[in-house]
Amino acid sequence: MTTGHKLGRPIVVIEGVEKTFGALTVLRDINMTISTGETVCIIGPSGSGKSTLLRCINALAPVTKGSIRVDGIEVADEKLDKLALRRKVGMVFQQYNLFAHKTALQNVMMAPIHVLKQDKAEVEDRARRLLAKVRLTGKEASYPGELSGGQQQRVAIARSLAMNPSVMLFDEVTAALDPETKKEVLVTIRELAAEGMTCILVTHEMGFAREVADHVYFTDGGVIVEDGPPAALLGAPQHERTRAFLDQVL
Amino acid sequence: MKVLLTPRIEGFGGSRWLKPLASTRMLAGLALVFLASAAWAQAAAPAAQASVPSVLIKWAPLIFQGFLFNLLVSVGTMALGTVLGVFLGLAQVSPYAPLRRAAWAVTQFFRNAPWLVLLFYAMLILPFQIGPIALPSWLKAIIGLSLPVMGNIAEIVRGGVLSIPSGQWESAEALAFTRRQTMWLIVLPQAVKRMIPPWMNQYAILTMATTLISIVGIQDGLTMTRAALVAEARTDILVPMYLMLLMMFFIYCYPIARATLSLERRFAVKI
Repeated sequence: MTTGHKLGRPIVVIEGVEKTFGALTVLRDINMTISTGETVCIIGPSGSGKSTLLRCINALAPVTKGSIRVDGIEVADEKLDKLALRRKVGMVFQQYNLFAHKTALQNVMMAPIHVLKQDKAEVEDRARRLLAKVRLTGKEASYPGELSGGQQQRVAIARSLAMNPSVMLFDEVTAALDPETKKEVLVTIRELAAEGMTCILVTHEMGFAREVADHVYFTDGGVIVEDGPPAALLGAPQHERTRAFLDQVL
Repeated sequence: MKVLLTPRIEGFGGSRWLKPLASTRMLAGLALVFLASAAWAQAAAPAAQASVPSVLIKWAPLIFQGFLFNLLVSVGTMALGTVLGVFLGLAQVSPYAPLRRAAWAVTQFFRNAPWLVLLFYAMLILPFQIGPIALPSWLKAIIGLSLPVMGNIAEIVRGGVLSIPSGQWESAEALAFTRRQTMWLIVLPQAVKRMIPPWMNQYAILTMATTLISIVGIQDGLTMTRAALVAEARTDILVPMYLMLLMMFFIYCYPIARATLSLERRFAVKI
C-alpha cells in the first residue's frame, strides 16, 4: 500500500466515515489506515471535505456515521474522553490561532500547565527546547503580533508538540503564508516527519507531498477518489478527476 | 534626532490620553460662562444683599459634599452592576440554551427600562432591613440603579466575548482546554481590553444619572443645591448655583470621556 520505509502499527483507523451538515453530505464512506511514523497528505479541490475530515479526527467536528479510532480511542463514542484523545492528537491551523495576549513561550507552556497540570519549571524547560527545535530561539518573549506568519505558525507547531502528541494534524498550515515563510514551516514539518512523528496534512503543496509523504489521498466531492504513494498518484494518476486536478495545480 | 523622537514617545504614553489643550479650553469656556452668569447676577442684585460669589462660596462645601455622595453612589452602583453584569453577560454566551435565553430576556428587560422607574421600584419594594442587615435608602438606590447598569454591562461583556475570533476557541479546544478554562484563560483576558472603553463610557453616563436619587429623597449634590436655593430665596443665584454643580460633574466626567476615546483609538481592532 505504501512505500513503507518506517511504518509501525496502525494508529489512526478511519472506517466508513460519513459527515453531513444538515442536508449537505461533506464526507462519504471515508476509509484510511495510517500507521505510526507515516506522513500522509490529503489533497483535493476546496470544499472537498479535507479539513472537515481532519476536524473529525480530533473530535472538533462529530462524525455522522462510521468509526475513527486513534490509538485505540473511538472518536465516534458518545462517552469519548476528549482530554485523552486530544493529548494524543495535536492540530495546527491555517490561521495559526496563537493566543494573542501571551508570548511565544507562554503560548507553548499554557496547555501543559493548565490542562496536564505539569510542573511549571519542567514545562518551561521543555517549551524552550521546542521553540529552539522550530528555530525560534530568541523569540520566546515576543507576542504573536510581533512575529511573522511563518514564525507564528512554527510557534503553533511547538505549542501542539508541547502536549506530546502521537499524531499531528496540519490543516493547510502554509496556505496563508508567502513563499519564503512557507518554506520555514515546511522544513519544520519535514523534520518532524523524519523524526518519526505521525503527520496528517491537508495541503496544496504538491512539491512537499511528493518529497515527504509516504501516502497521498486525493479527495473530491467528499469521497476519496484515489490514493497511493506520491510518485504513483502524482506522477501517473489513474483517475480522470485526479488528472484534471493535478493539471490545474501543477 | 532626539528632538524628533521626543513627541512620538510622549504621544505613546499618557499625554495623548487627555488632550490637555482641548480640555483646558473647554474648562476655560465653562468657567467663563460661570463667571459671566455670576457677574450678571451680581449686577442685577440689590446692594443690600450679599454678593453672588460670597453666596456661592458659602454653599460650595455643602454642595460639594452632596456631589461626593453622588460619586459614592456611582462607584457603589458601578461595582454592583459590573459584578452582576459580568455574570449575566457570560450567561448570554453559555452553551446551555435555557440559561442563554433567560439571560438574554433579563438583559433586554433592564436595558430598555427607564432608570427612574427602576429606582422607584427598588426604593419601594426593598424592605428597610433584611434580617440583621439594615437597608438605608442610599443602598436601595445603589441596588435600583445597578439594574440598568447590569443590563448594559451584560451587553458589553457579551459583545467583548463574541468579538474574539472563533479560531481562539478552536485551537484551545484542540489543546484540550475545557470551555471554562478557555473562557477565563484565553478569551476573557483578550476581551477585557475591548470592554474597558464602553465600560468607562457607561460609568460616565451613570455618574450623571445619579442625580436621579435626589428625587427619591437622598441628600445628593442636586438636593443640596436646591436646598441652598430655597434657603437663600433669591432668583438671581439660580443660574450660577446650578452651574457650579454642573461644573463639578463636568470636571469629573469629561476626563473620563476623553480617556475612553483615546483608549478606543488605541485598542482599535488589531488581531
